[in-house]
Amino acid sequence: MRKNWPVLALGAALLVGLALPLATGASSLGFYIEVLLGGLMTGVLYSLVALGFALIFKASGVFNFAQGAMVLFAALAVARLAEAVPLWLAIVLATAIMVALAWVIERVVLRPLVNQEGVTLLMATLGVTYFLDGFGQTVWGSDIYKIDLGIAKEPVMILEKLFEGGILVNKEDFLVAMVAAGLVAGLTLFFQKTATGRALRAVADDHQAAQSVGIPLNHIWVIIWSVAGFVALVAGVIWGSQLGVQFSLAQVALKALPVVILGGFTSIAGAIVGGLIIGVGEKMAEVFLGPVLVKAFDLAGGGIENWFAYVLALLFLLVRPEGLFGEKHIDRV
Amino acid sequence: MTARAHPIGGVILAVEGVSLAFGGVQALREVSFDVREHEVRAIIGPNGAGKSSMLNVINGVYHPQQGTIRYLGREYHDMDSHEVAASGISRTFQNLALFKGMTVLDNIMAGRNLKMRTNLLLQALRIGPALREELEHREAVERIIDFLEIQAYRKIPVGRLPYGLQKRVDLARALAMEPRLLLLDEPMAGMNVEEKQDMCRFILDVNDQFGTTIVLIEHDMGVVMDISDRVVVLDYGRKIGDGTPDDVRANQAVIDAYLGVSH
Repeated sequence: MRKNWPVLALGAALLVGLALPLATGASSLGFYIEVLLGGLMTGVLYSLVALGFALIFKASGVFNFAQGAMVLFAALAVARLAEAVPLWLAIVLATAIMVALAWVIERVVLRPLVNQEGVTLLMATLGVTYFLDGFGQTVWGSDIYKIDLGIAKEPVMILEKLFEGGILVNKEDFLVAMVAAGLVAGLTLFFQKTATGRALRAVADDHQAAQSVGIPLNHIWVIIWSVAGFVALVAGVIWGSQLGVQFSLAQVALKALPVVILGGFTSIAGAIVGGLIIGVGEKMAEVFLGPVLVKAFDLAGGGIENWFAYVLALLFLLVRPEGLFGEKHIDRV
Repeated sequence: MTARAHPIGGVILAVEGVSLAFGGVQALREVSFDVREHEVRAIIGPNGAGKSSMLNVINGVYHPQQGTIRYLGREYHDMDSHEVAASGISRTFQNLALFKGMTVLDNIMAGRNLKMRTNLLLQALRIGPALREELEHREAVERIIDFLEIQAYRKIPVGRLPYGLQKRVDLARALAMEPRLLLLDEPMAGMNVEEKQDMCRFILDVNDQFGTTIVLIEHDMGVVMDISDRVVVLDYGRKIGDGTPDDVRANQAVIDAYLGVSH
């Protein structure tokens, strides 16, 4: 237990930081909750991208740099298909496209590189990233497209009686949270309660042993990349409906990196909790820490949102390299 | 020895002229031997003799440059491990390759993977045939758990068990496949005397009760001689002896290989 103090100290520092704006009266309760909710919503989106990373890393030990590109590709597919067919059909078709993509990636990229070093596979996924970025533009075009989920976007004022000014919330945000929760519940059930899920966990643990009990690695990889593709599609649709489908979506993946470091590379729960912590943390830091920096050090004070996640991830690497929920590796000698 | 429940039958596995090289290192040189149904067949030899390579060739991990392997009369080429598994051959590992993060129960259930038939959706909802199937497999697994006396550890992640028990879970997972041919890679390695005796008993019981044909690798000659019907001896990748334990014990080449002679 004694060795845990750096982790506890970091956790305590985060909590104090979270409480400070309220405690010092720098913010009204209503505004504070608004910022908190905003952070949580961004966090959910980070979580969805991170989830794709975690799934693939768990099952194949591959750090899939292309997850962000897959988000963009899926979102483009949905947006453009939805111009011709109803949205639900566009989503179904795009899912089929992502499954086909998973199959092709397994055939063309993973299978020839089986048993290669992690770095080789990482480079390969880097290649897939650029291919998908470009190929997406080739097929679907490079403008900004929009996905309309058909839900009112204008914010609603709630709890006006409780706080002065009430809280501004967005219906779509709640839907997003529900979808994310449902996705996580479904995936957990799939992993823990089905024979296929058990096979996936087996492959994640030991490739050779999994093969020796007759689990075909190739099928498992197609399944896991398909699932990751579907998760990317969900993330892409939601993100796309809020920001528009554009090239910058692929950059979201870079924010998912600190999330998986925080949550632990192999943990589904970690991806979710890590995403929420980073979403809330960076929003809080931007809104409340920024002005403090301006006043105290006469800095410009902006852009905290851009580096906060990475600094937090760096600190986590120092105190708890396996992440919040990651598996600690104990090697028998 | 008393009369066996499953008398030794015909040849089910024939290794013919198998050679395997890794770059310049010749691991196996034209090795031939056969395995008969229901027997316990040992492959022994000093360190580096090519025992594990031989097992990995049978298991489809390595593909030999020369020679053939005939299983149940059919020759097989370049089969992957999972295809070999699907044809009824299971194995254990010298350096434990268990699913460490999973419980004992899940590890053994994973061994039933090939026997699962229902589709994903039914599994997820745990309804109808999927539930019945899961229960059937669970029963089969429970029998194996009882058989290997690991009832107390069902829900414990395998990584936390002591070494001797992990070896037993490895065996349990291989048995869950209900193999016709079971390959054991140094099942007694790193065990104390008591654990070795337990493992010997389990191996003999598996052979006796299920009629499973067993090929086992071991470098401890004493243990092997007690439980094997026939023994192949390898040295520097060559076969130098083949026969009953008594034959092999009397074989001058084998004695030389183990005690070392000046060539």
